Amino acid sequence: MMVRADPGKRLTLVAVSLGFLILVVASFASLDLQWSELTEPGALTRMGDFLKGFSPPDTSAAFLSRVAWATLQTIAISLLSTVLATLCAAILALPASRPETTGRVVVRSVLNFLRAVPELIWAAIFVIAVGLGPFAGTLALAAHTTGVLGRLFGDTLENLPQASVRALRDNGVGPTARFLYATLPEALPQYMTYALYRWENNIRAATILGIVGAGGLGQLLFYYLSLFQMNRASTVILAMIGIVLVVDRLSYEARRWMTR
Amino acid sequence: MSAVIENAPIRDPAWRGRITMAIIAVALLWPLGRISEFKPWLLLDGQSISAARVFLGGFFPPRVDSEFLLLALRSAWITVAIATAGMTLAVAGAIPLALLGMTRLSVSAIGRRGMDRLPYLLRQVIRGGLVVARSLPEVVVALLFVRIVGLGPSAGVWAIAITYCAMLAKVLAEIVDSNDGRPAAALLTNGASRLGAFLYGTLPQCAAELVSYLIYRWECAIRASVVMGFVGAGGLGQQIDASVQMMAGNEVATMLVLFIVLVWVADAVSTRARRWLG
Repeated sequence: MMVRADPGKRLTLVAVSLGFLILVVASFASLDLQWSELTEPGALTRMGDFLKGFSPPDTSAAFLSRVAWATLQTIAISLLSTVLATLCAAILALPASRPETTGRVVVRSVLNFLRAVPELIWAAIFVIAVGLGPFAGTLALAAHTTGVLGRLFGDTLENLPQASVRALRDNGVGPTARFLYATLPEALPQYMTYALYRWENNIRAATILGIVGAGGLGQLLFYYLSLFQMNRASTVILAMIGIVLVVDRLSYEARRWMTR
Repeated sequence: MSAVIENAPIRDPAWRGRITMAIIAVALLWPLGRISEFKPWLLLDGQSISAARVFLGGFFPPRVDSEFLLLALRSAWITVAIATAGMTLAVAGAIPLALLGMTRLSVSAIGRRGMDRLPYLLRQVIRGGLVVARSLPEVVVALLFVRIVGLGPSAGVWAIAITYCAMLAKVLAEIVDSNDGRPAAALLTNGASRLGAFLYGTLPQCAAELVSYLIYRWECAIRASVVMGFVGAGGLGQQIDASVQMMAGNEVATMLVLFIVLVWVADAVSTRARRWLG
């Protein structure tokens, strides 16, 4: 950053920093942060009491098996939605990767929309469409992930080396066989990398989707917090942390193993 | 030539493997579908189709009267304000934690490979604590804060402040540690204070990278604060949730568009700022 050498750039830096400073001040000014809630005498004890309610976590066998089932359901939601999204994205990537067609523009804008709406908003919408439960969560994750993967897959197809496709075409092979025996085998490793990366994201997303009623651990958490059964809520929170830690670790090891 | 190919029996040499893989895949997916209650026919169920049609049909035309637009714009600003205020608090907390956690400023490590046991242990404890705090999803933290400080933006601000503080402290320390440590070590050996060594030996090399990461995270915080609105932490998310509950599709449509524009603007600002920083 050679700011000192260039007075024009330095001026921009000052202007941008000032802009951010104004943004920060305006943000604090327009929010009622209820500092008094946290600084008044009784606040700390109240907060302490609230947090104390979380310990000890409920570890009765019956409840643990419920949490284990919800954990399994969370993982099932994430895996199934990733598979669904991979299939949809692989199909949508075909029109999305054809240069200069209206289909490309239309499909790409649909993919952009799917991607721009966060998973949780999709979940809230699908809960209305198919009712409470893990199926809404699966569809929500699949919708968002289709948007992400469709674009990545389309870009992959566009950047694929054309040699083998051309070789088959020059020998009179039809378009379907060309796709199945030249394009797809070459794109598949890249597809799998992207799909695995999204699966990792989706496990994390699936743990919280239940907060709007879309199944898995999140739904349990919301349920027990609403009933003020903090001991049970804390078991669920520990399970969530566990999932995230395990997934982080596994993906770290997997990446190290693959790049070795 | 082509006639020969057309007349040759069409046979896929790898068909056996393909069919086996397909069967294995279905056998694995079946229990997943059962566990996650995968019932695609629900989509075609008369009742849910009519519910979805009423809801989605209400999307058009979006509600754009000035009263509602003003409300939506105000919620959008609250969302940005939550993200900005949360980020500010997170940075304020993350800087001291990062300074404690980074290995570059270890005095006992100068001139040899490891550091003393106590400072090493302290740094490991800080890093471990940060990893655990970071793995708590921000929506869950927001949900807890809604219970503590009540519905409204302050729950969102505190949730972002806490989760992002842990994440920023870890990443900031990692960015600093991945840079050249020799200038700071030289200053420390010559008797500079730790803070001095950091300000004059370390910060100049990685300031641009640090700022660029902070801007990127600010953009993420805007997205996160919309999502946290769904558990009652204020802003655009809370408004969207309220409209979804009331099945007011026209309001949802307006606010979704507003949200997409907001994310797009934040993305453009952040990309330009980061490119400028190089």
